[in-house]
Amino acid sequence: MIAEPDGQQDRQRRFATIWSRAVFPVTSTSLTRPEFEEQLLPLARRLSQALHTRTLDADAGRAVGAALVAAHCTDPDALTRTLDCVDAYLVLYCGENGDQEELRTRSSRLQHAMAAGFAAALRERTLAEQEAISAAALKAQGVVAQALHATEARFRAVFEGAAIGIGIADLEGQILQVNGALLRMFGITDKMAHGRNVQEWTHPEDAPQTWKLYEELVRGEREHYHVEKAFYRPDGTVLWTNLTVSLLRDPDGNPQYQLALMEDTTERRLLNLRLRYEATHDALTGLPNRTFFFERLEKALGAGRGQRYGLCYLDLDGFKTVNDSLGHAAGDRLLVEVADRLQGCATAPGEMVARLGGDEFVALTTGADTEREVDELAARIMNALIAPISIDGRELTVRGSIGIVEGPAGERSPAEVLRSADITMYRAKSAGGNRFELADEEADARAITRHGLTTALPAALDRGEFFIEYQPLVHLGDGSVRGAEALVRWLHPQHGILGPDRFIPLAEHTGLIVPLGRWVLEQSVRQAREWRERYDDAGPLRINVNLSPCQLTHPGLVQDTVDILERAGVEPDALCLEVTESALIGADDDLLKPLRRLAEMGVDIALDDFGTGYSNLANLRRLPVSILKLDRSFTQSMQQFPADPVDLKIVEGIVSLAHSLDLAVTVEGVETGAQAEQLRILGCDTAQGWYYARPGPPDRLHQLALVDATG
Amino acid sequence: MERPAWAPRSIDISVPSVSRIYDYYLGGSHNFEVDREAARKAMEFMPGLPKIMQANRAFMRRAVRFAVGEGIDQFLDVGSGIPTFGNVHEVAQSANSGARVVYVDHDPVAVAHSQAVLAGNDGTGVVAADLRKPQEILASPGVERLIDLNRPVALLLVAILHFVEDADDPYEAVAELRDALAPGSLLVLTHASYEGIPLPPERAEGAVDVYKDIRNPLIMRSRDDIARFFEGYDMVEPGLVAPPLWRPQEAPEDEDPYAFSGFVGVGITA
Repeated sequence: MIAEPDGQQDRQRRFATIWSRAVFPVTSTSLTRPEFEEQLLPLARRLSQALHTRTLDADAGRAVGAALVAAHCTDPDALTRTLDCVDAYLVLYCGENGDQEELRTRSSRLQHAMAAGFAAALRERTLAEQEAISAAALKAQGVVAQALHATEARFRAVFEGAAIGIGIADLEGQILQVNGALLRMFGITDKMAHGRNVQEWTHPEDAPQTWKLYEELVRGEREHYHVEKAFYRPDGTVLWTNLTVSLLRDPDGNPQYQLALMEDTTERRLLNLRLRYEATHDALTGLPNRTFFFERLEKALGAGRGQRYGLCYLDLDGFKTVNDSLGHAAGDRLLVEVADRLQGCATAPGEMVARLGGDEFVALTTGADTEREVDELAARIMNALIAPISIDGRELTVRGSIGIVEGPAGERSPAEVLRSADITMYRAKSAGGNRFELADEEADARAITRHGLTTALPAALDRGEFFIEYQPLVHLGDGSVRGAEALVRWLHPQHGILGPDRFIPLAEHTGLIVPLGRWVLEQSVRQAREWRERYDDAGPLRINVNLSPCQLTHPGLVQDTVDILERAGVEPDALCLEVTESALIGADDDLLKPLRRLAEMGVDIALDDFGTGYSNLANLRRLPVSILKLDRSFTQSMQQFPADPVDLKIVEGIVSLAHSLDLAVTVEGVETGAQAEQLRILGCDTAQGWYYARPGPPDRLHQLALVDATG
Repeated sequence: MERPAWAPRSIDISVPSVSRIYDYYLGGSHNFEVDREAARKAMEFMPGLPKIMQANRAFMRRAVRFAVGEGIDQFLDVGSGIPTFGNVHEVAQSANSGARVVYVDHDPVAVAHSQAVLAGNDGTGVVAADLRKPQEILASPGVERLIDLNRPVALLLVAILHFVEDADDPYEAVAELRDALAPGSLLVLTHASYEGIPLPPERAEGAVDVYKDIRNPLIMRSRDDIARFFEGYDMVEPGLVAPPLWRPQEAPEDEDPYAFSGFVGVGITA
């Protein structure tokens, strides 16, 4: 329908436009003003109709007032402006041709009704909204309360279901609440926990700071602390815990409660103790082991002034025999019994017994008076071993050797002390065993070098620390070089060059002499070949190599020698093996057999140091030797002039005897020309000594040989 | 200690709430005396505050219609407050009855009221969550039920970001929400600023102080700072402008001077 210009509808529209313009600024609608005008248009129509109704339609006025509120014109100004607008323009635009007086009366009545309708609607709306927002607030509070309840329920579930113990106490220490885990840990009931005071829960093993931290916390000076703490259970057993205590404050920040969280670490602790025990104790005897002993020794040696230590180092005599003859099981039982007896010897505070390994035990005493105590301790140990030990029905007599070290703390390291004790123990053992010896610094030093060299020997051979020097053997008749004696040296990294007297006995003792001797033989034979190849025209040069008693009895001697010669491509007659007279004293055929074999092959055998021992001249016939080497003691007297006639006679006699047995004679220690001349006159065949050359590198021999060949 | 999401803060209606103050500005009665007292105090400094709110509402209405016109039928209104009239679902559903709207607010009273008002409207949902924890909004059952994040969404952040302090990193929150939206999604945003307020700043500050006093500080940001919220969006014409200037339906010169306070804008994800 299109409104006629200036028609009724058009005039109603114009009224609505004016109305909307008046009210829009005070509405809070989000509509645009034209949209808002569309909302007012039906209201304008309604008012227009009511204006023309004979009996006043108050309902229409009230409805329009209420509609304003529904259109969000809740501001009182919206009513004022509406009424102003109706008063001024309703009759003007919508009155048409009616009675002006009547229309104005009706208009004002309508305004009353609109005001009443607006007020009633606004009151309803306000009340409804107030109710709605209150309901929402209430509901929200309900939601919060429910959530809090859920929080509480969850907390309770956590509290009760937790594997860790949880307890809450007030600041006086009164226990308010504990969970099931805590009750189980303590082995108590809820009733027993309630009302108890945490300060009753002391334990002798509480760390010094434990209760200090507690005081700080309840005073509010500390938010939390963490300690390892032990508790007594009612049954007397001990509960170990990892304890964390936190301070709970009220919303204003004032300390209110203390919250304890505890984890039961008893099992873990036992396991740790067990592991620690296993790491520090000997599985067989249960005695403290080397690790534990060193810890204690270190502590003893690090003790303050006036503190001393005493150490007994015990090694059983002949334990190896027990093991070898009765078996390891018996050996073990013997060790267990010895361990028990030893433990009974060191029961005083500051004393301990440990097993270092094998049949080696140590007993330690500490304190101010160990000088006296350690002797007593050693005596007790010796006494404890007196009674025979019964193993498998056999009564075994056990003896031991003890090395004692005693001294003030703070001077030596554990390793030094133990080595000294070890050396002293060996001294006791070398002296026959079944005794104790006191450490003595000088004896230690000697033994340390001996001990040190012995232990360094095997590595020295591997590292090539040995070398050979050669001392020429000169023919007395024509002064030509006939060969050389190989002399082994050790270039020790610390001690410098060591002669054979320093280490050959040690090598014999440890058996290293066999590989060392083989090495010397190899080197020497190789050297001999080199000489032969290069100085063949200087005549056949022979190499003399010393053979130790140990090598003599070694079953591989002949084969080794043959192999070495063959490998080097050297004839056996280029080699002379020197054997000391003492090594062959009382030698039976078995011992001589290898020498005979070698001699048959063409190797010369020289009897070294002849005349120093008990020289059984008759025995000489039996020996497969071809050379006698006269000891230097015979030639020493010939250094003076004139020489002792008795000595001359003796040497002359020996040479005569040797020659009659078809043996050549070599003299050692020739230092002067006169000596050499004398010996030549006496008939000696070859000589060696400083007069010709000191032992030296192989090249020196070349020079000598060359001089000899050209001269 | 961080409060779990399922345990809301306790409710204390003796503390003014910005949603109820907003309702009062809009002539509503969903408020208590403490709210009205705060609102009246702020209005002493800025009598035109209700006009600012009204202009915000009017912009939102135009923006929602624009969104519907762009084919969007899913709306996420974060910071929805107390629903009064001209709400997003009314505007959206009048244009497209299938439109779905999720209202999000962290005020438990606003949430409870929204639930009461929206009861029976299956296309709407209410979520109690905080803009500062966008992932909680995105993972909420309301969003899961009503919004398909694989299709474009109109995200409404109307008159909320000026309540998020820089310390709470509002830019990161807005970026996280943006990253969750499908291409073609819209960001509908309004923000308070000293720019455009027809008063000397020291007077406007009086109103800002009121919010500070009620422990809900109003963060006035510059146009540039507000523009940064649109990072990752292309601005829809006419860009970031005073509320009446955004696609007006009538001559902006008729508007109340207060209506020009702050900035509004719509952006679209690429």
